Amino acid sequence: MTSVAEQPNPYLANFPAFAARISGQAWTQRLRESAIERFAELGFPTTRDEEWRFTNVAPIARAAFEPAAYTPHAITPEQLDRRLFADSSACRLVFVNGHFAAELSCAGKMPAGVRTGSLARVLAEQPALVEPHLARYAAFENHAFVALNTALWEDGGFVWVPKGVVVEAPIHLVFVSTGGAPPAVSHPRTLIVAERASQVTIVESYLGPGGEGYFTNPVTEISTGEGAIVDHYKLQREGDDAFHVGTVQAQLGRSANFTSHSISLGGALVRSDTNAVLSEGTEVTLNGFYLAAGRQHVDHHIAVDHAKPHGASHELYKGILDGKASAVFNGRILVRKDAQKTDAKQTNKNLVLSEDAVINTKPELQIYADDVRCTHGATIGQLDPEGIFYLQSRGIGKEEARDLLTYAFARDVIDRIRVEPLRERLEQVLFERLHDHRQ
Amino acid sequence: MSLLEIRNLHARVGGREILKGIDLTIQPGEVHAIMGPNGSGKSTLAQVLSGRDLYEVTGGEVLFDGRNLLELSPEDRAREGIFLAFQYPVEIPGVSNLYFLKAALNTIRKHKGLPELDAMDFLGVVQEKMALMEMDESLLNRAVNTGFSGGEKKRNEIFQMAVLEPRFAILDETDSGLDIDALKIVANGVNSLRSPERSMLVVTHYQRLLNYIVPDFVHVLAEGRIVKSGDKNLALELEETGYAGLEEAEAFERA
Ligand SMILES: Nc1ncnc2c1ncn2[C@@H]1O[C@H](COP(=O)(O)OP(=O)(O)OP(=O)(O)O)[C@@H](O)[C@H]1O
Ligand SMILES: [Mg+2]
Repeated sequence: MTSVAEQPNPYLANFPAFAARISGQAWTQRLRESAIERFAELGFPTTRDEEWRFTNVAPIARAAFEPAAYTPHAITPEQLDRRLFADSSACRLVFVNGHFAAELSCAGKMPAGVRTGSLARVLAEQPALVEPHLARYAAFENHAFVALNTALWEDGGFVWVPKGVVVEAPIHLVFVSTGGAPPAVSHPRTLIVAERASQVTIVESYLGPGGEGYFTNPVTEISTGEGAIVDHYKLQREGDDAFHVGTVQAQLGRSANFTSHSISLGGALVRSDTNAVLSEGTEVTLNGFYLAAGRQHVDHHIAVDHAKPHGASHELYKGILDGKASAVFNGRILVRKDAQKTDAKQTNKNLVLSEDAVINTKPELQIYADDVRCTHGATIGQLDPEGIFYLQSRGIGKEEARDLLTYAFARDVIDRIRVEPLRERLEQVLFERLHDHRQ
Repeated sequence: MSLLEIRNLHARVGGREILKGIDLTIQPGEVHAIMGPNGSGKSTLAQVLSGRDLYEVTGGEVLFDGRNLLELSPEDRAREGIFLAFQYPVEIPGVSNLYFLKAALNTIRKHKGLPELDAMDFLGVVQEKMALMEMDESLLNRAVNTGFSGGEKKRNEIFQMAVLEPRFAILDETDSGLDIDALKIVANGVNSLRSPERSMLVVTHYQRLLNYIVPDFVHVLAEGRIVKSGDKNLALELEETGYAGLEEAEAFERA
């Protein structure tokens, strides 16, 4: 890796002032320092790095982003309601430019013992809840963006569900960027802990205004105890000129059940990593859906680490590409020597609507156990002209027929979304977006 | 006025001329059967009439109700009342039969200046036609033709026809692969749609179907031309002699 050019790196230059300002424990200060040091060594990745071969982050490296300021009044609760894919009664924690906005948040009704709120506040008030987990899962040694986040995060969501507690209503974590000049960066940091036999649904949403070249660099760590059930949604709807590089890292207990849905609709340059480490008998489902047009670039890297026997992972990622959009899907499955009886399945399907759209899809299987079942498949296809004609022959217009088939392509992965308002709004947005593409 | 008038129609696909001058006139209420060997161009004719752009019309004209059919898009032909029961119905995963058919019926109704049907009224129509076709209602919620058996697909085609009530229906080998019970159901569905205004073009290889759907005329298509026309007895004759016999007779006549 090469570090950023000759001019002084603004992240490094600003760090001492930031570190002096940000309050924290001695151990978090040390963590931040070692992370920024690691970032200084790594620098931003280039396309010479295998992990970043098809995603050129030079526009991010070049830009001199300011740390995003706290401007909670830039957005009203009503504006937020309209933009969210949730009913307004839902429990939500709202972060504006990476800072907790209490006036936009509501605690909702939570079962006794559940703790939700601002990670910064919980760290200040009950560090013992945070210390065993923070930065224990999302490794920054080989990931410059995770390192940056670990060094520079100001706030983010915190959810802690105690043993045996079932939280029925989804908890929404909303990360709004307000844009403005000069372009700003935020590094939201979220920690979700679901103790033994608990159950929780989390929806993370990222949104911001169009026409603004801001940058969001979130990291979410999820830790589950034995038999916990976690349903996690990441809904990326950044503005059309925005940059988004994010990591979701899940450390899963024995017989836990983890489902992740990564939905990517917005942003100009997007990289989204979802990594899961399984224990014995853990079940993981990773669903993904991306829709990209214009000059959007969307890169999904997913990795499951079958560390112990009897784990199962099922991955289904589907993408629709139009215009000059490009997408990357990289699916890594690691089955360690001990992980006998692993059942891993990976599917990536792409629908390419224009001649100029590009997709790079790659499975990456590393299997060191011998008694495993591991399948993978990737497809890249166009709309079926026979299908279009069949619909036309029944009176359905050609454009509508195309939309219908496009929508049908995404259907199964969208049907897997169990949060109803989210699924409904997504269906609606999909229809609208398909329509817009044709205008 | 005749409902459909095909004059000297030529069409090609994949650089090869398949239809080499078809002439055919169909009056309202008439049922015409087309028979002919494999590859003679029967499906090509059906697809050309429905507007599939894969097939290039290189000559001739087609008038539907006095209007130039060939300049209409496939969807406009359907809205004007042309229906094709496909030889190979297309599977459309992810689109339910119910949604699909409702969208189709309402587009056609809108075109006719009729109010769109709401979910309840639509369901009423659909249930009646499903009963006619002896189809299980669970098929409505399944994706169009997806995972249907061959017979279910063919029945689904006629069911769609019953719902959409076209003025002119082309049935392309709807009988192929049906056992006798399914054949009777399909024929019954088709016969119930016969009316003085509605015409049909029935493509088949087997005289058997024509015992149930009795045609007014039978034509033989060979190498892109209609080489012989007659009444329903022509089908019986073909059953006896086969197309080879017919070709010999033709050659004899020409000599
Ligand atoms: N899409 C296509 N591309 C190339 N050739 C085609 C295509 N469709 C049809 N043909 C050719 O055109 C000729 C006529 O085909 P068509 O399907 O019309 O025959 P048919 O009479 O319906 O035959 P069958 O009784 O087998 O259904 C055949 O030689 C066939 O191979
Ligand atoms: Mg045919």
